[in-house]
Amino acid sequence: MIFDWLSWALLAAGGFFVLVGGIGVLRMPDVYTRMHAASVTETLGTMLILLALMLHAGWDLATFKLFAILVFLLFTAPVSSYALANAALLGGLKPKLQVEDVTKEGKRP
Amino acid sequence: MMSVIGLMTLTLLAIAAIATVMASNLFISSMWFGIFSLLMASNFFILDAADVALTEAAVGAGVSTVLFMGALALTGDKEVKNKLNWLAVVVLGVLAFALFIATFDQPRLGDPNAPVHMHVAPWYLEQTPNLINIPNVVTAILASFRGYDTLGEVLVIFTAGIGVLSVLGFKPKHRPVTSGEAFGEKVRGVQHHAILRVVGKLVIPVLMLFALVVQFHGKYTPGGGFSAGALFAAAVMLYGILEGADRSSKAMPQLAMLRLAAFGATLYAGVGLVCMLLGGAFLDYNVLWPDPLIGQYVGILLVEFGVGLTVTTVLIMIFNAIANRPTY
Repeated sequence: MIFDWLSWALLAAGGFFVLVGGIGVLRMPDVYTRMHAASVTETLGTMLILLALMLHAGWDLATFKLFAILVFLLFTAPVSSYALANAALLGGLKPKLQVEDVTKEGKRP
Repeated sequence: MMSVIGLMTLTLLAIAAIATVMASNLFISSMWFGIFSLLMASNFFILDAADVALTEAAVGAGVSTVLFMGALALTGDKEVKNKLNWLAVVVLGVLAFALFIATFDQPRLGDPNAPVHMHVAPWYLEQTPNLINIPNVVTAILASFRGYDTLGEVLVIFTAGIGVLSVLGFKPKHRPVTSGEAFGEKVRGVQHHAILRVVGKLVIPVLMLFALVVQFHGKYTPGGGFSAGALFAAAVMLYGILEGADRSSKAMPQLAMLRLAAFGATLYAGVGLVCMLLGGAFLDYNVLWPDPLIGQYVGILLVEFGVGLTVTTVLIMIFNAIANRPTY
């Protein structure tokens, strides 16, 4: 019973983070910030959802398989992010930085 | 609920297909193709075809994307724009319309009276426990009931490997040649990326172990020679990408791969011939053992091993041939 509620709460939280990541990918200005938003989906979102499924499955072979997937994702997701960012940088994409364009009066435009 | 998810993946499939065609950069196009394959695999899984999903994910999304990348490195990644051929447009339009009309005659998804479910499928489902006695009916059908078809597939894969080798082995005369191995020694994959190498090397043994599970546990759970071969070849390709293709071809020499591929196909056909010598029909595993059920078990094990061996070695052979192709 308590596991059931906990599992649903984790699922909802995971879904929330996936949604936030999706909105972030659409709204962020350049590749690097978009990857930052997507990484929320692939680490926090997926982890919470997998934990919820593990609680839901109980003490079972499925739990072990989900745990294996979790460990695999923890290893590979950051690495693929790194590879993507590195490839983007080598490909000549500059991160979009805010240029402080200060006028004479000391105010921002 | 499942049909909603199925509709979603089908819609995404259509989007991915259009994006694949529209992308003028072939590199992007092949990436879209990988996404298409992954979506297709999840769609197969929704339809409860786990064996096909596993193979599609391993071959479509994994191996063929790597092979496309290798081929693009040899040619170029820009599409050459041709003039629009109106005849082709008309033919395609008519064909698409005919297929669209034909879908109205299709039985509904999951209809028990659909022709597929009325023909031999019920017989397979009923007789597999009696005649072969392994839990995974798909493996029973592939390796035993329809063993002739699978033998044909293995021979097709072997022929494809030989074809690719002979095309890539073509050398123009009177031109300076940098051999692929010499080039590989200079470039050495992504060896300068420590993170990729360390984590990639952690993944390789796990991938190989999983391939072995899929190969030898295929009688109980989804899997079998085809998906296991693709997974094993993917592990070797990962090694080649991480450490340079010259090392992967040193670890898995082309000649040995060619011989093993031929051995796999011969093993399959040889099991069939042994069955004939023991007084049965071609690929009739019942005669392999005094107890026909154990005979079927042994036959399927040997045949699946032959399939796995041929698929693995042919894929590794193609990868090595593409990645180590000499440049002119």
